[in-house]
Amino acid sequence: MSANKYEAVIGLEVHVELKTNSKIFCACSTEFGAAPNTQVCPVCLGLPGTLPVVNKRVVDFAIKAGLALNCKIAEFSKFDRKNYYYPDLPKGYQISQYDLPICEHGYLDIEVDGETKRIGITRIHMEEDAGKLMHEGDAIAEAESSLVDYNRTGVPLLEIVSEPDLRSPEEAVAYLEKLKAILQYTEVSDCKMQEGSLRCDANVSVRPVGAAEFGTKTELKNMNSFKALQKALEYEIERQIDILEDGGEVVQETRSWNENKGITVSLRSKEEAHDYRYFPDPDLVPLVIDREWVERIRETLPELPDERKRRLIEEYGLPEYDATVITSSKDLADYFDRCLQYFGDAKKVSNWIMAELLRLLNARDLEAADCPVSPEQLAELLQLIDKGTISGKIAKQVFEEMFDTGKTAAAIVKEKGLEQISDAGELERIVEQVIANNPDPVADYRNGKKQAIGFLVGQVMKATRGKANPQLVNELLRKKLS
Amino acid sequence: MSISKKDVEHVALLARLEFSEEELEEYTKQLNDILGYVDKLNELDTADVEPTSHVLPLNNVLREDASRDYLDNETALKNAPDKKDGMFRVPKIV
Repeated sequence: MSANKYEAVIGLEVHVELKTNSKIFCACSTEFGAAPNTQVCPVCLGLPGTLPVVNKRVVDFAIKAGLALNCKIAEFSKFDRKNYYYPDLPKGYQISQYDLPICEHGYLDIEVDGETKRIGITRIHMEEDAGKLMHEGDAIAEAESSLVDYNRTGVPLLEIVSEPDLRSPEEAVAYLEKLKAILQYTEVSDCKMQEGSLRCDANVSVRPVGAAEFGTKTELKNMNSFKALQKALEYEIERQIDILEDGGEVVQETRSWNENKGITVSLRSKEEAHDYRYFPDPDLVPLVIDREWVERIRETLPELPDERKRRLIEEYGLPEYDATVITSSKDLADYFDRCLQYFGDAKKVSNWIMAELLRLLNARDLEAADCPVSPEQLAELLQLIDKGTISGKIAKQVFEEMFDTGKTAAAIVKEKGLEQISDAGELERIVEQVIANNPDPVADYRNGKKQAIGFLVGQVMKATRGKANPQLVNELLRKKLS
Repeated sequence: MSISKKDVEHVALLARLEFSEEELEEYTKQLNDILGYVDKLNELDTADVEPTSHVLPLNNVLREDASRDYLDNETALKNAPDKKDGMFRVPKIV
């Protein structure tokens, strides 16, 4: 494998939409999903003679995110114009920050293969989002015209740029997951990738292992999920290695991930790259951020993922793995905490969240915040198992039905007659029948092959459609067979 | 410092402007005249001077984060040369 001779060098540029009520430079609503061009005004439509005014909460959120990501908060910061012509940008420029961003020199820690690695954050800056284009026709290249919705124009964004410290697709995914968790914990953004409130571009290059210089990089765009990020990086790294192995040279260019085809395709090469002609926006005066302002924001910082993870391990004795999974999302961690108010066994709650809850959330493409089963309802289900009303196996079916119908566990158990059979008399009859019908395994068991009992337990469970109390079945079988 | 006709063509492209050959010549000359005039400023030693970010002695002009409705869809699209389904329609991009 030639792949072992090379290592990848990856840096991520992440854009997050901030959870403010109004846009960054005007008072239009930022609500997602409104009818096109209904949350617009002369400022965000770029009409002549209008002036932008900075939303204070955007600065507060930028400082908050910066502190949570261990950044230095600038004492002096300003906005610049990034000039380019594209119809999603009505002014012909985007207001962004160029040489004096609000935050710099931060980091976050990721865990990959049980090892902690520190990933540098170069900078965080504030900017306005662009509008949304819909291309008429099947493909962008064939579209005769495009339709523009400016509702998103001017929605506040943070652009968070990492150092090229990531060495594999796994590390990149771990970084993005951690970044998302921290931003959600600080409540500056929803970070919903499917709604576009978290977007990620990647700079990728490869070099021979041990080389000091970076190779030529490409910029990857259009990765709309963690899976897409992983697959796009894997593909691009392999593509670059193949070029180098064939004696070729990687071209510096922007490439787009094509989800359907599973490949990256060239969008534009460096020669056609934008020439943004940044300059300070004369419509906006600078920001002077005194240390008192920074300290005021620091006081509002919540418990962050790493601290919360430590608390779950120390307070509830959860294994490190469980604590990592549960604190990877604030909503999931909140769900866990609320569940524990109603059901005290932390490990059982954690098992159910990690196995059943996450499996169904993934299968139905839902976020923890949108979970149709409330923590109270999950706790109720766990109580039914604890009391012996239903078996753990049946509980999984019940849970799936709760998830899909919104009904309570008790209602489903009653409706479907799923109560566990714990009546010894009734079970005894079935056990005797199973013994009579399976002479071979019975003989095996009596001859010392004790594992044969597993088969007999299975037969009883089958006869009762999973409703028999497994412990009781075991007990009865052993008694009858001895 | 001088700029070539090629520089003018490049900037014109970025600004989506189309010039005739005569205009290109004329603007190249005019732009060079302007830059030559402004070049006088380079005689000053500004090594120890902080770059100016804004000419007004102001900072932190901020507003509270409150939203309000401003334009309805019809008014927003009133001056659009072309529209469809409540959206601005623009010519082919790529």
